[in-house]
Amino acid sequence: MEIKLSEQQKRNQTAFRDFVNKEIIPHANQHDKEERIPDELIKKLARKRYFGAVLPEQYGGHAMDYITYGLLNEELGRGCASVRAFMMMQNMVALTIHKWGSEEQKERWLGRIASGETIAAFALTEPEVGSDAMHIETSFTDADDSKFIINGHKKWITLGQIADLFLVFGKKRGKLSAVLVEKDTPGLTKIPIGGMLGVRASMLAELYFDNCSVPQENLVGRAGFGFVPVGITALNLGRYSIAWGCVGIGQACLEACINYASNRRQFGDYLKNHQLIQEMIADMTVNLKAGRLLCYQAGQMQEEGHENAIMEIMVAKYFTSKMACTIASNAVQVHGAVGCSSDSAVQRHLRDAKIMEIIEGTSQIHQIKIADYAYREYAE
Amino acid sequence: MNDRKTRIKTFLVRYIRNYELNDDTDIFGGGLVNSLFAMQLITFLEKEFTITIEDRDLKLDNFRTINAMDNLIENKT
Repeated sequence: MEIKLSEQQKRNQTAFRDFVNKEIIPHANQHDKEERIPDELIKKLARKRYFGAVLPEQYGGHAMDYITYGLLNEELGRGCASVRAFMMMQNMVALTIHKWGSEEQKERWLGRIASGETIAAFALTEPEVGSDAMHIETSFTDADDSKFIINGHKKWITLGQIADLFLVFGKKRGKLSAVLVEKDTPGLTKIPIGGMLGVRASMLAELYFDNCSVPQENLVGRAGFGFVPVGITALNLGRYSIAWGCVGIGQACLEACINYASNRRQFGDYLKNHQLIQEMIADMTVNLKAGRLLCYQAGQMQEEGHENAIMEIMVAKYFTSKMACTIASNAVQVHGAVGCSSDSAVQRHLRDAKIMEIIEGTSQIHQIKIADYAYREYAE
Repeated sequence: MNDRKTRIKTFLVRYIRNYELNDDTDIFGGGLVNSLFAMQLITFLEKEFTITIEDRDLKLDNFRTINAMDNLIENKT
């Protein structure tokens, strides 16, 4: 077994890193304070074809392999969790349409998402339904053979404030289903949500569907297959993105600590020479390497179409989100009062890291699934 | 049992333990599997038999039994 990036992957990694250093990091705290991502940056991300990162070139995509896509997520995550989440959301919806959508849906939407002309969002969560997706209350009621009516309430929807297209989950004749809904659909109301703990520039919204009439052909996949496989296709890619994004958060914190501890003097010596600081740096380094290896393994399995890739992605996301929280917390500790300032990046990373333990499957849901996986894989 | 059915059964018994699985056992109706398994099953079938499961294949009856999956693969290859 060899873990080694190809020359092309290395070139992409360098390009991603340069882009993040130049276009994202200098402004990331501002995104956080203003709770939005500037249009100009969205255009730059689109021009790089990052919104169609996993789409084939025929749709204007980048046709990245999963390792390259992981590297992109690490670098964006190192810069700004909200920007990474923006890019993730476009790819989640695009991949899902590509895999399970009709030819008409692919032709209509994929090129637009890849180019940034259409901003897409994933609308699963409801006020009363988070982890327990099977009990979604939003209803899709047949009006006639050509249309159905949506009624329901979605909450905490990333990019809900600005999205042009929503992949909405609900029940059609009691069966979980997924449908594409355009932003101008009569009866759809968006209410912005602000003041969140972290990933503050992800422009969350509540969505109210009040007798929204939608064409039957907007269904993605068939009625009854909305969560599996349609929703899980998106969530799996989302978890993979988050896992790598957490590696990026950890890397940003480690680099910040190394820089700070190398220049800050206390008790007549640099922080880096104090053993309790060294302990934190060592633990950050080791856990970051372990998390990155889990991501590489999961990415390679996903690339190969291995049936356990979905579980290895869960393992990676569970580990790296926990890791990112610990690393970011210790990074604030290393920086002291400086790390608590709103001008500091590490306090933003700490708040963002906490969100990663909750979204796209909480750590506790992941633990249940990982335990099931262990009983299956290791039982005699 | 043909080779395809044997390969499908070998995969299934890793998930469905302590149960006598035959070619007509309804793995979904019997509550033997969960939603993540269903996704893994699709991934397995696609890779193992070099097929692509598409929107039009999404009918539970295509995946209920070993025989049904064997027929689906037969029709796609």
